[in-house]
Amino acid sequence: MKKYFAMILAGMMAVSLAACGGSSNAPAAAPAAEPAAEAEAQTEEAEAPEAEAQTDAAFTTVAAGELHMATNAAFPPYEMTSDNGGYEGIDVEIATMIAQKLGLELVVDDMEFGSVITSVQSGKADIAMAGLTVTEERMKNVDFTESYATGVQVIIVPEGSDIQTVDDLANDKMIGVQDGTTGYIYCSAPVEDGGYGEDHVTSYTNGAMAIEALKGGKVDAVVIDNEPAKAFVAVNDGLKILDTEYIVENYAIGISKDNPALRDAVNNALKELIADGSVQTIVDKYITAE
Amino acid sequence: MGTLFSDLASQFHQSFIEADRWQRYLAGIGVSFTVTLGALCIGVILGILVAVIRTLHDQQRSTDRRVLLGIINKICEFYTTVIRGTPMMVQLLIMGFVIFRSSRNLVGVAILSLGINSGAYTAEIIRSGIMSIDPGQMEAGRSLGMDYITVMKDIIIPQAIKNILPALGNELITLFKDTSLVTVIGLTDLTKAAQQIQAKTYQAFMPYIGIAIMYLTVVMILTKLQGILERRMRQSDRR
Repeated sequence: MKKYFAMILAGMMAVSLAACGGSSNAPAAAPAAEPAAEAEAQTEEAEAPEAEAQTDAAFTTVAAGELHMATNAAFPPYEMTSDNGGYEGIDVEIATMIAQKLGLELVVDDMEFGSVITSVQSGKADIAMAGLTVTEERMKNVDFTESYATGVQVIIVPEGSDIQTVDDLANDKMIGVQDGTTGYIYCSAPVEDGGYGEDHVTSYTNGAMAIEALKGGKVDAVVIDNEPAKAFVAVNDGLKILDTEYIVENYAIGISKDNPALRDAVNNALKELIADGSVQTIVDKYITAE
Repeated sequence: MGTLFSDLASQFHQSFIEADRWQRYLAGIGVSFTVTLGALCIGVILGILVAVIRTLHDQQRSTDRRVLLGIINKICEFYTTVIRGTPMMVQLLIMGFVIFRSSRNLVGVAILSLGINSGAYTAEIIRSGIMSIDPGQMEAGRSLGMDYITVMKDIIIPQAIKNILPALGNELITLFKDTSLVTVIGLTDLTKAAQQIQAKTYQAFMPYIGIAIMYLTVVMILTKLQGILERRMRQSDRR
């Protein structure tokens, strides 16, 4: 039991950090190198009072006056921890602006990616925003807003790897992915369904750890979203992104099916932000055009 | 009530039956068992070694201290201090991403880290067992002409084992449950299998309650076995 004590402590620290998240004016690009260790501390969200608070509009949020965003802050440039212990990234800034429009204060709940949708479903968080791809199966479980960004799954390999195209992945290679991501879902599917089977996939709790495993040679390739891939490759020598894309997807915000009022409010706010160009400005700030 | 039941039934179906997901749990518990057994072997061997060295050092007469033994004893002390002073999870991360960063044998890495960890705790348990036997028994044995190993093997250890059995059982149970931490190095044990199924179905209830019951069942079986062993060892207490 005593071995778990450290984990509990780390969780408590993460909660106290989450409290001061939200505002972020850090310079664009150049994310902190390898946020693996910090990202590992999982935020078990502080027990939010169950009482559903009524705000001025018709929607309700988990805690009065606050918009809880469930995310996995090891996914640069969409979400990552800033050097001062807060959170930053495209998703965090967009969510901050949505929260402002709704008259709420944004609270970032950092957790493992696999728990992001479940925490929205179970009413622990209001919105799931974690570079979340819209998929059929996810749509059965949560409602999605408009898409605000396009994601591309790419393959990262070490320089000089004999993997040249997507097809080379099939040759008995070990593929590193992040738990619960679409990369994991596609790669771990049985061979008949276009995947490579569970035996050829090692899944890590976050992308940075998968990259670490790739650098050490534990895996031959990592399948991950394009923008985090660029950020990882930028800070790690000897890695490159293959030119062939694995798959193209749409990112959107996930909201509980039980809360259509909040979904509409968030969706409207997001549409306004897309229309007035704010979303594009934020994206441009983090993703420099090639 | 009816909808709740059918809801649970469909969740159960999604989490265990659909796409033969029960096989994932089975494979996961297999990995957990393998890691536990491997780590147990390493832990017991390391534990006995360290415990014997440390008691040998502590029980020598203050008049003629041996230098080499003192050095080995310091190494053993260092080992227990470091292992007991750092969290299991940190040790796993170091083993997985620093020391064996290029190894693909994840089960091997997990067995080694858990074994080394368990060894430190087992050593202290065994040491307490050996210390609990009166040094007079060792002296008596030696003066009857037996050598150190024989006295240890035939007189001290058998009595010590009986004293420490509850603590050893406790350590085994802790070790088994600690295998759930190997998820951080990417090994698909029982906990990781449940996490992956949860990430596919977005149902947290069934996978997690399910594996909790599986862990509990295994621990209850281990406790039962320990009880039988303890009873067996008590048979010669009163005659």
